[in-house]
Amino acid sequence: MKELLECLERDHTQSPEQLAVMLNRPAPEIAALIKQFQDEKIILKYQTIIDWEKAGVDNVTAVIEVKITPQREVGFDAIAERICRYPEVRGLYLMSGGYDLSVTIEGASLRDVADFVSTKLSTIDGVVSTTTNFMLKKYKYAGVIIDDSEEEHRLVVSP
Amino acid sequence: MNWSERISPTVNAIPPSGIRRFFDIAAEMKGVISLGVGEPDFVTPWHIRESCIYGLHKGYTSYTSNYGLLELREEIVKSLYNDYQVTYDPKQEVLVTVGVSEALDLAMRALLSPGDEVLVPEPCYVSYKSCVTLAGGVAVTVPTNIDNQFCITADQLEAYVTPRTKVLLIGYPNNPTGAVMTREALMSIAAFAQKHDLIVISDEIYAKLTYDGTHTCFSSLPDMRDRTIVLNGFSKAYAMTGWRIGYAASNAAFIGAMTKIHQYTMLCTPITAQIAAIEALRRGESQVTHMVTEYNQRRRLILDGFREIGLECFEPKGAFYVFPSIKSTGLTSLEFAEQLLMSEKVALVPGNAFGDSGEGFVRCSYATSTKNITEALQRIGRFVANLKK
Repeated sequence: MKELLECLERDHTQSPEQLAVMLNRPAPEIAALIKQFQDEKIILKYQTIIDWEKAGVDNVTAVIEVKITPQREVGFDAIAERICRYPEVRGLYLMSGGYDLSVTIEGASLRDVADFVSTKLSTIDGVVSTTTNFMLKKYKYAGVIIDDSEEEHRLVVSP
Repeated sequence: MNWSERISPTVNAIPPSGIRRFFDIAAEMKGVISLGVGEPDFVTPWHIRESCIYGLHKGYTSYTSNYGLLELREEIVKSLYNDYQVTYDPKQEVLVTVGVSEALDLAMRALLSPGDEVLVPEPCYVSYKSCVTLAGGVAVTVPTNIDNQFCITADQLEAYVTPRTKVLLIGYPNNPTGAVMTREALMSIAAFAQKHDLIVISDEIYAKLTYDGTHTCFSSLPDMRDRTIVLNGFSKAYAMTGWRIGYAASNAAFIGAMTKIHQYTMLCTPITAQIAAIEALRRGESQVTHMVTEYNQRRRLILDGFREIGLECFEPKGAFYVFPSIKSTGLTSLEFAEQLLMSEKVALVPGNAFGDSGEGFVRCSYATSTKNITEALQRIGRFVANLKK
């Protein structure tokens, strides 16, 4: 039920009862659907999007382009799964184009990121090369505009 | 010198909008949750705004034809055909106006001679009766109520028609009630219009915001095309209120007459808004669907909330308002709205702002976040419970 998933993606804090009213379905049905989505891992996690910069936490984020040698039978998957396991890795995508994997990592400092790339990522068998791009500023993340400056301009009462 | 004596008696006779008083009070207060806003809480979709910016970069800053950009009129004609299978000639039968408000004013001024009567079902949008008066006509109020789903019937209209009646002005989906009329019900209104040789002005600004059914464009009914002036615009469906862009579609004679007035008063609609409107019609449908889906969810939430509070609430089928009855509280709609604002800081609009038939009701807009709706309902519930103690 796409409409329910959209509602949850927009605001997962709404209760099943409230969602039931909004979607014109019985509350038990909504609660059961949510559980089913969670069990089937359609809903993977409920996450809060935080503007860490505003919260005064300075992390360093890097997007690393990785070229790898695909392996017999498993292609890119075995190496990708290995890279996934590192807690520093926040995102990992198989790409078409000039490189194979896009790895987003977060560290407390430039040194942390450099250490990860040189001691862990580059040394994995099958990793041919890495190009590290440091992220300078986040403008939009997970569909949310960071520091959105659009304000409510409507009058309190209008016809 | 008494300056007000110098003002036209017609203007002096028009009462100030009932909404104004609330705006003045509510605007001064902090922490107010407003259910009083008659416009979308979405901003205009970015691709529409961007097309306007691109237009400015390209130097589109000039006048356009009085009728509006032909490219826009062609898109309007296409959309009217796609949505309602009614055809118009983009060159002579469509006029782009500064919002539906201007289109309504032009239609009245083009049609009415002094003393001509206009049937206006109530409760209705605040401008309807004043526009009739300003054009020299006489607005004849036809009351509707919760028992007849805030809809008019031909039988009811028969009681108000006179030899001076020239126009029937309807607006469905309705502001403030959210009522819509079925095709069958509109067919009987069409027969009534034909019988009495009336012109029908149909304000369809909320047409795309129709839930649980499809909208019927009045001019698409048999033999109604040339008897009807369809008014529509971009404010509500595309969240473009501030752009002030609307249009009228009818036969060439009516549109020509309206264009005459338009050319001497507005000259043309701002080109920037016209460029944005072209983009809205060409690529805006998915955004409209997205917004309508959200409004529909909020509609159910607020309706359920009012029923839990114990206020009788007619189920709106269109627009983004609910119109609960507050008669059980023993307060007038004005008292209810004022006391609620003062004690719980929730702004809504008293029903009598939309005519005497709106007394005993309040208009609540659900064009606001679910969080605001939930909080406002809690406050209203507390207010109503305290009244009953």
